[in-house]
Amino acid sequence: MAGSDVVLLDSWASVFGARVRIALAEKGIKHEYKEENLTDKSSLLLQMNPVHKKIPVLIHHGKPICESNIIVQYIDEAWPENSPPLLPSDPYLRAQARFWADFVDKKIYEAGKRIWGTKGEEQEGAKKEFIDLLKVLEGQLGEKPYLIGESFGYADISLIPFSCWFYSLETIGKMSIEKECPKLVAWVKRCMERESVFKSLPDPHKIYKLVVELQKKLG
Amino acid sequence: MAKRGEIKLLGTAASPYVNRVQFVLNLKSIEYEFIEENLACKSELLLTSNPVYKKIPVLFHANKPPICESLVIIEYLDEFQPDVHRILPSVPVDRADNRFWANYVDNKYFPLYEELRQTPGKEDKEAIKKQIIEGSVLLEEAFEKFSNGKAYFGGDDLGYLDVVLGCFIAWIEFSSKRNEFNAFDEVKTPKLAKWAERIRSHESLKGAIPGNETLMNFYLMLQIHKPPRAT
Repeated sequence: MAGSDVVLLDSWASVFGARVRIALAEKGIKHEYKEENLTDKSSLLLQMNPVHKKIPVLIHHGKPICESNIIVQYIDEAWPENSPPLLPSDPYLRAQARFWADFVDKKIYEAGKRIWGTKGEEQEGAKKEFIDLLKVLEGQLGEKPYLIGESFGYADISLIPFSCWFYSLETIGKMSIEKECPKLVAWVKRCMERESVFKSLPDPHKIYKLVVELQKKLG
Repeated sequence: MAKRGEIKLLGTAASPYVNRVQFVLNLKSIEYEFIEENLACKSELLLTSNPVYKKIPVLFHANKPPICESLVIIEYLDEFQPDVHRILPSVPVDRADNRFWANYVDNKYFPLYEELRQTPGKEDKEAIKKQIIEGSVLLEEAFEKFSNGKAYFGGDDLGYLDVVLGCFIAWIEFSSKRNEFNAFDEVKTPKLAKWAERIRSHESLKGAIPGNETLMNFYLMLQIHKPPRAT
């Protein structure tokens, strides 16, 4: 498939963009990567995602697909001949994968943001909420290598990019995620052994610099 | 095909998220047992079957652990019984398009109605009504694209977005009356206005659309348990 058939509009620091990068890499899909300046969005982005004006956007044969979890499912369905499958074949396990990817979407981003966006008592509350959410995910993980079973897949892809926030959250929040959630951190290390993951995730130290800049701007 | 007694749905008749699952069960001619939940005093069954969110709907299928989240349940039912009234299309880009708009409805559009209920003050309410109408206009454009001149988002017959948005019709009309506006305005969103009438009268759906008394009781419960913000 020609590279320009598949275009990804993305931003290096985006956890949502990272999900799509991981999925494309898992499936070995050649594509053109376009870095968006989020303070000066391109006309292509505004045209391809007029409703939300957000990255990531996957453009395949000229048609846009938006919303990272939706894009990951699309990648799995549009390239069924490329292994590995990102969702299990059993309908019940597929439902589980979708439930947990949706849980990550609903909860993790906002909870993480609140840690670096607040101070004092509010920050303590935010830290507890974040750790509690990670513990729920640890509960789902149990003794399994990955969130749904033996194979890395959709639910893992939706969560793993947030691991690049851990260094920032631990430094700013003065906490140890490994101490609170050792099984989850072991899962992070397991996922990071995959080339698709370590090549797609931004450097946690670069993320920290970005977060500190954002904190200064917000005052 | 599900055997009699194999599928149970835990929910409440007033919940649009429950109604959309009922729509799909009806369209697929899947028999099910409805277990009524009291949201003002949540049952042990709900708390143990959905410990993460403690919300309805919850689907029980034979001996499998429960499935939660209405859109997850709908895709499960579609995959479990694909041959009777397919809900999502089969082409990947069409599936992505449908999921995108379901995400918009659930995360951007319908929350505005709850925001409207909780917001005090006439001016602030007017601002939210304006946002709702803008959202409705976006959905009208989506309807034009998906229906391609036909009666439903799914084309000739009901599809994913018909059940995903259609489940809110009763609440949209209830909210419109209470707040003296028309969310599906006949001038700005003529196609949606007509589509809403079709949904209301569709054979497979009308039994699962709550009546005014059910909505009013639920609304009064919300006003107590999640009261509007103080001015």
